[in-house]
Amino acid sequence: MALARRAWAIVALPLIAIILSIITGIIVIVASELLVRQQFNPGLAIDAYVALITGSIGTEAAIINTLVSATPLLLGGLSVGLAFKAGLFNIGAQGQFLIGALAAVAAGIQLRESPVIVAIPLTLLAGMIGGAVWGFIPGLLKATSGAHEVVTTIMLNFVAIATLAAMVAGPLDSPGSASPITRDVGNASLPIIFGRNGHAGILIAPLIAVLYGFLMFRTTRGFEIRVAGANPDAARYAGMSPRRLVIWSMTVAGMLAGMAGATELMGVTRHMTASYGTTVGFDAIAVALLGRTNPLGIVLAALLFGAMRSGSAAMQIQAGVPAELVGVLQATILFFLVASPVIQRVFRLRGAQAGLDEASTFTRTYSGDAAIR
Amino acid sequence: MEPPTVEAPTAVHAPALEMRGITKRYPGVVANDQIDLEVRPGEIHALLGENGAGKTTLMNVLYGLARPDEGQILLDGEEVHLTGPSDAIHRGISMVHQHFMLVPVLSVAENIVLGEETMAGPVFLDRKEADRRIIELGRRFGFEVDPEAKVGSLSVGWQQRVEILKALYREARILVLDEPTAVLTPQETEEIFAVLRRLAAEGHSIVFISHKLYEVLEIADRITVIRRGRVVGQRLPAETNEDDLAELMVGREVNLTVDRGESSPGETVLKIEGLRVNDDRGHEVVRGVDLQIRAGEILGIAGVAGNGQDELVEGLIGLRRPAGGRVTLNGKDITGKPVRSVYGEGVAYVPADRHRFGLVLSFPLTDNMVLTSYYQSPYARGILRDDAAIRALADERIEQFDVRTPSADVRAGTLSGGNQQKVIVAREFARDLQLLILDQPTRGLDVGSIEFIHRQAIAKRDAGTAILLVSAELDEVLELSDRVAVMYGGRIVGEVDGRSANKNEVGLLMATGGREGGDARTPDASGGTAA
Repeated sequence: MALARRAWAIVALPLIAIILSIITGIIVIVASELLVRQQFNPGLAIDAYVALITGSIGTEAAIINTLVSATPLLLGGLSVGLAFKAGLFNIGAQGQFLIGALAAVAAGIQLRESPVIVAIPLTLLAGMIGGAVWGFIPGLLKATSGAHEVVTTIMLNFVAIATLAAMVAGPLDSPGSASPITRDVGNASLPIIFGRNGHAGILIAPLIAVLYGFLMFRTTRGFEIRVAGANPDAARYAGMSPRRLVIWSMTVAGMLAGMAGATELMGVTRHMTASYGTTVGFDAIAVALLGRTNPLGIVLAALLFGAMRSGSAAMQIQAGVPAELVGVLQATILFFLVASPVIQRVFRLRGAQAGLDEASTFTRTYSGDAAIR
Repeated sequence: MEPPTVEAPTAVHAPALEMRGITKRYPGVVANDQIDLEVRPGEIHALLGENGAGKTTLMNVLYGLARPDEGQILLDGEEVHLTGPSDAIHRGISMVHQHFMLVPVLSVAENIVLGEETMAGPVFLDRKEADRRIIELGRRFGFEVDPEAKVGSLSVGWQQRVEILKALYREARILVLDEPTAVLTPQETEEIFAVLRRLAAEGHSIVFISHKLYEVLEIADRITVIRRGRVVGQRLPAETNEDDLAELMVGREVNLTVDRGESSPGETVLKIEGLRVNDDRGHEVVRGVDLQIRAGEILGIAGVAGNGQDELVEGLIGLRRPAGGRVTLNGKDITGKPVRSVYGEGVAYVPADRHRFGLVLSFPLTDNMVLTSYYQSPYARGILRDDAAIRALADERIEQFDVRTPSADVRAGTLSGGNQQKVIVAREFARDLQLLILDQPTRGLDVGSIEFIHRQAIAKRDAGTAILLVSAELDEVLELSDRVAVMYGGRIVGEVDGRSANKNEVGLLMATGGREGGDARTPDASGGTAA
């Protein structure tokens, strides 16, 4: 009974956020139909959601699509989640993702004719290192000068986009192509193990989620990260080094996002254009919050977001509702999560775990603890 | 705008305030259970109770912050239903909080009129009129204050007077003071008491909330004691004494003064020479401190909060890098060493702010019990935590130190203040120690918990640990310490024997640093103008 209450306290907020966003989606669909076509058609919303669901889990191919979409979201969500646990807001998962993909394509081109057993691990490693560097920089800046990670990671996102474009147009451009494009990564591609496009990354990502849980709850380092995130003053008092923990956490967070970029590149696109881009790094923030930085929660949240992505095309084709509705749904989920104090009051959620602790990371860090000692 | 009216216009004999059968339930607890409280005009009525007894809830009900589930509130015999603090203020109820609600960069006058501005026309403040009223009010009650002085430049004692003026400016007839002396020196306390007596003589009713027994006996006309949400007794100061009140408050007999026995100091353990430490803004706030503590001895540091005590302790422990000087522990130089290596030398530290430093409130007791030892065997094996060992430790310490908790799995934040402090004490005292630093170890705790922690400290001393006790509670310092050093303006300005020390002498030293004429920041106590 007590256990059930505790479980409810933890899942209530995400569930309510999802339900509210579904309701918002219905309103958006019906209202836009009314405004654009002057037709009142509530059935359209049901058609859209049915198409969204069958398009994401209705067939084997749809399920594989969902898993492929969920994989980078899961790794990215773990990246943002780890930073949240440490009291850091990693908006830079996007940049770390791109640099991870760029490093992977750079390594993969070199290794494209090497044996698979060498090419895949080294390419993946290159992506992880690339992302780690992109996380290390803001971590170091914060630890040494107090520069806020939200500001530095956002700026590094732009640096990453520009770097990627320059590299693809320059040294990585494949000879003889009309527009900037790299060669494909050949033997460094992740093998397809399910259906038409189910690459091996689908299996790697959940493994990393297990490792994340192990790190957080079974190791002393995880304990240090959680203490530093929950109460940095207590961490200093206890003799931990918040400086070192900031650098460490940002580096590992960057590595995870870089890994997301690498698996996406090696498993899905296999080459890169100068305009290579996704929104994975930003969606990962919503995934981490929806999953409440808990490994299992992040897995479930990534699956949900992956399903919405993969079902959106079916929704557009079958129900005629634009695929962008998924963006609306995801954004409103995030909105309701961040507005958690309001949700808690309206739905009378009680208990210490009902609130979104992570939200304090948004507000806290500006108020003067930037100077880490 | 007229000066506040003094007499209650209706029947003189009706109580100014009457609370009848107030009951307030929160999920799982009855915070107030049929509480009756009656305050007559011109009466100072003390509300005495331990932390968590329901004093704050009752006052929140009175201030309109909480709606009672049952019961009535009567003002001058008429029932009122308070809708919120502004309604309460409008009806003449004012509250002076324990933590002052003042804006330090604004002037006295600006703070006082905040929210109740006297306007000259629709846009501009009528500063002259406000100043005039403030000076007049101060003169009437015997404490004239310069309305243009910045609040941040005033001493704590004067800030409190500003809070009281603020209430009087709003024409309060009923003043509620929540632990008003917690931050004051004995002299400042006396001065505030004089102000309160004057207010009462003019017909104001005062509710004085406290858990300091001797103060209550000194100031109150009547004393109502509450325990676990119920009124357990009412006393007149003439008919009672500290032991009687303590027993009422705690519900059992308590030993108010710890039997500290004789100390038998050994070798010098801690030696501080010329220690200088800067605060966050780079100002030198510890200005050359020399101290020595021997094994089996308690050295108390008395001083008004903010005279460099925090920085001294942080400098010792490695949380702050000293700007100069030397700290040696058993002959070993530990100046500027990192926190963990200082702990490794057998130093433990009970921090002043248990919520900020001592605990992670959102974590279970198990995690909190190993906050400073989680990386050591047997709680860690390599990089892995040993949950079973941590669990066993937590259960053992909870038992040993009598921490009242349903289990070791509950979050630290759900415990009462006294039990939270016991968790920290259990964690830090249980080790084999050379030096124990206690910074405000009993702040905000109830009598029972204070007694427990004092006993533990004496036991630790008798086991041969050197103890440095920092406390703003002079009584605590005098009660526990074998030697007392007074800290003022970053320096040690005097040292006295703990047993023969005279409270007033030490208090004076705390307030003035031993210099004639006192501190420039503390306006003349005898009723002159501030600044």
